[in-house]
Amino acid sequence: MLSISRSAKSIQNVLERFKIKLNLVRNCRMVAFAGHTSVFPGAKAAFVSQPVFVLPKDIESIPIYRVLDRDGKIQDLTQDPNLSKETVQKMFRDMILLNTMDKILYESQRQGRISFYMTNFGEEASHIGSAAALEIRDVIYGQYREAGVLVWRGFTIEQFIDQCYGNEADVGKGKQMPVHYGSKDLNFVTISSPLATQMPQAVGAAYAMKRRKNNDACVVCYFGEGAASEGDAHAAFNFAATLDCPVILFCRNNGFAISTPAHEQYKGDGIAGRGPGYGIATIRVDGTDVFAVYNAMKLCREYVMKESKPAVLEAMAYRVGHHSTSDDSTAYRSSAEIEVWNSVEHPISKLKNYMVKRDWFNEAEENDFVKDIRKKVLKQISISEKKLKPNWKELFTDVYNDVPLHLQEQMNELKQNIEENKSYYPVKNFKA
Amino acid sequence: MNRHSRYLFSFVKTSKSVIRTSHFTYYPDPPTPAQNKQKMNMFQAINNAMDIALGEDATALLFGEDVGFGGVFRCSINLRDKYGKDRVFNTPLCEQGIAGFAIGVANAGATAIAEIQFADYIFPAFDQIINEAAKFRYRSGGIFDCGSLTIRAPCGAVGHGALYHSQSPEAYFAHTPGLKVVVPRGPIKAKGLLLACVRDPNPCLVFEPKVLYRAAVEEVPADAYVSEIGKADVLRKGKDITLIGWGTQVHVLLEVAELAKKDLKVDCEVIDLVSILPWDKDAICKSVKKTGRVIVSHEAPLTQGFGSEISASIQEHCFLYLEAPVKRVTGWDTPFPHVFEPFYLPNKYRCLSAIKEVINY
Repeated sequence: MLSISRSAKSIQNVLERFKIKLNLVRNCRMVAFAGHTSVFPGAKAAFVSQPVFVLPKDIESIPIYRVLDRDGKIQDLTQDPNLSKETVQKMFRDMILLNTMDKILYESQRQGRISFYMTNFGEEASHIGSAAALEIRDVIYGQYREAGVLVWRGFTIEQFIDQCYGNEADVGKGKQMPVHYGSKDLNFVTISSPLATQMPQAVGAAYAMKRRKNNDACVVCYFGEGAASEGDAHAAFNFAATLDCPVILFCRNNGFAISTPAHEQYKGDGIAGRGPGYGIATIRVDGTDVFAVYNAMKLCREYVMKESKPAVLEAMAYRVGHHSTSDDSTAYRSSAEIEVWNSVEHPISKLKNYMVKRDWFNEAEENDFVKDIRKKVLKQISISEKKLKPNWKELFTDVYNDVPLHLQEQMNELKQNIEENKSYYPVKNFKA
Repeated sequence: MNRHSRYLFSFVKTSKSVIRTSHFTYYPDPPTPAQNKQKMNMFQAINNAMDIALGEDATALLFGEDVGFGGVFRCSINLRDKYGKDRVFNTPLCEQGIAGFAIGVANAGATAIAEIQFADYIFPAFDQIINEAAKFRYRSGGIFDCGSLTIRAPCGAVGHGALYHSQSPEAYFAHTPGLKVVVPRGPIKAKGLLLACVRDPNPCLVFEPKVLYRAAVEEVPADAYVSEIGKADVLRKGKDITLIGWGTQVHVLLEVAELAKKDLKVDCEVIDLVSILPWDKDAICKSVKKTGRVIVSHEAPLTQGFGSEISASIQEHCFLYLEAPVKRVTGWDTPFPHVFEPFYLPNKYRCLSAIKEVINY
């Protein structure tokens, strides 16, 4: 914990250096209003004698906290989280596992074996760094590009691939599209497609959890910078602040929402720039730097648990892969641009460089690891593909806690139709 | 006041003062056999139900816009003092936030009773209710749910509510698998339904006809009890025609039944559907098979109103028993108007004309 308080202090120093404050009085000659203090219920502020028009440029950008440079060197040694070799290796291997699994599942979608997929390329450090700074009891609400959090928590290759195939082993019973993972055991709330809906939900969950006796868990809500434009994001920020909810609002700012670049998404200082406007403690980090994300997340967790207040963390990164398998991103950005982020600014290469410096990296071992993962993923694909889909009756279950009368009638109607038209339904692929 | 304005006001003074008249006469429920009863209007019965819910479940939370000081309709009065401001509290003015927050509370295993100030303002929360609350259990394969969520919202005509203080949006929600939707007709029902919804392991919506908050008074059992969700109530037995409604409209239909008996010698069976989703098809079909004639009546507009679902089902299940087409008497397919409200509502005269038409078919 020593390293954490050190990192907290240093972040403060950084902030001090950047002087994040309004330069309101820069060009204003003002006269103090003696004897009158503002008593408006809506804001606590001083009177001034000149009109003060705040321009966005008057507010300095929130700086990006970074620990590792692109060569894997720690710039400020006070910021070294001093993680053990085993922990760093798990971080690295989890990132590699996610990256390898992504490559193969992406290809398997191209071959028509699964219907849909979304990769995590370029954002591996945001997932792993943040997940490593949390406790497994902390509850995660995600968007869809946070599979690394599940990897860190122990979701297995088998579970990932079973979900993508929607077979009988999928805990979600094959009801949702691929990559809509969820796990009760790992405190990872099931993903849904509508963007930002999870945000006010995470805030509500945090409120309920803080009321539990001896609560020792917080809630983390991941979302992209595009989702942050939704009304639900505004609701979440404001509810979290006014209702004092121990929730970490973690924005993955990867520069794109499908084809829409960030500069068409907002005009302010990213998402972090909004945090103070809602009265929320805020930090911005280099999302390609696993240690920066880790340190910042530790800081956020300590803060939200101690203060019972929210925190905003914006992790800057670049979406190296296409938005999804339904998207060709070269239609709206250059391959050269992508290549920079796929090589020198890539989170995996940065951590690798760090490990090389520490002499923790063994080329042959890592190559074997990748080979092993490839083999495991490919083998699992062939196994998951052969597993039966759930019984078709599951179509009617879990709409309610029980199957009400009108749904029983509809189930019976379908049953009869299947019996009459057996050859037209893919019944043999489904569990009897 | 100068001479000119005095001149203008002299005209105002001569106009008649407007007396607001209700479009219905309230028919209280028959006395319950309960020993311990208390006279309550509907907002008091709802307050009493929430008091019980908060008292028996330490995780239960009550929140929404202006809920803290007692609510704009007084439904949550005194509850913040009794249970603390961490359990009964105001939220920022944002319906999608209220619904999303409530889902999260329920998802974490606590009980959420959320208030939307008027049903007319539930639409910003439509996405959270339809895409999230209703589908939470289904999409997760049952590993997560938000079943301990109840959303309350005042609905229906109030005499002068115009477009955004009068709506009856139940049909929008009836189209959504995963939700339960109920509408009480008075204090006894409101308390029982609300407690049933709070305890039900599925997300529930309670639309409370706001015109009844003060107008409806009954002897309400003081202890906790539940009114079954999904069950209709036959309020008046009859053999000639079945009249189906819910909420305030039930009272219009009860009066119409009396008028029909007196003026037309027609014996009406009046059913309060109570629960919009799931709805009691058996009770409706049983009655229609007996009477052979049916009128469905609701304040909401005709096209795609919930009356359409009932009518289609009756046609499907009671075809050989029907002596006349199913008639719907509803609000018009317009926004809910201000000064034209008396012409908009499916009042007793329109219902009575419909009875004549169906009987003489």
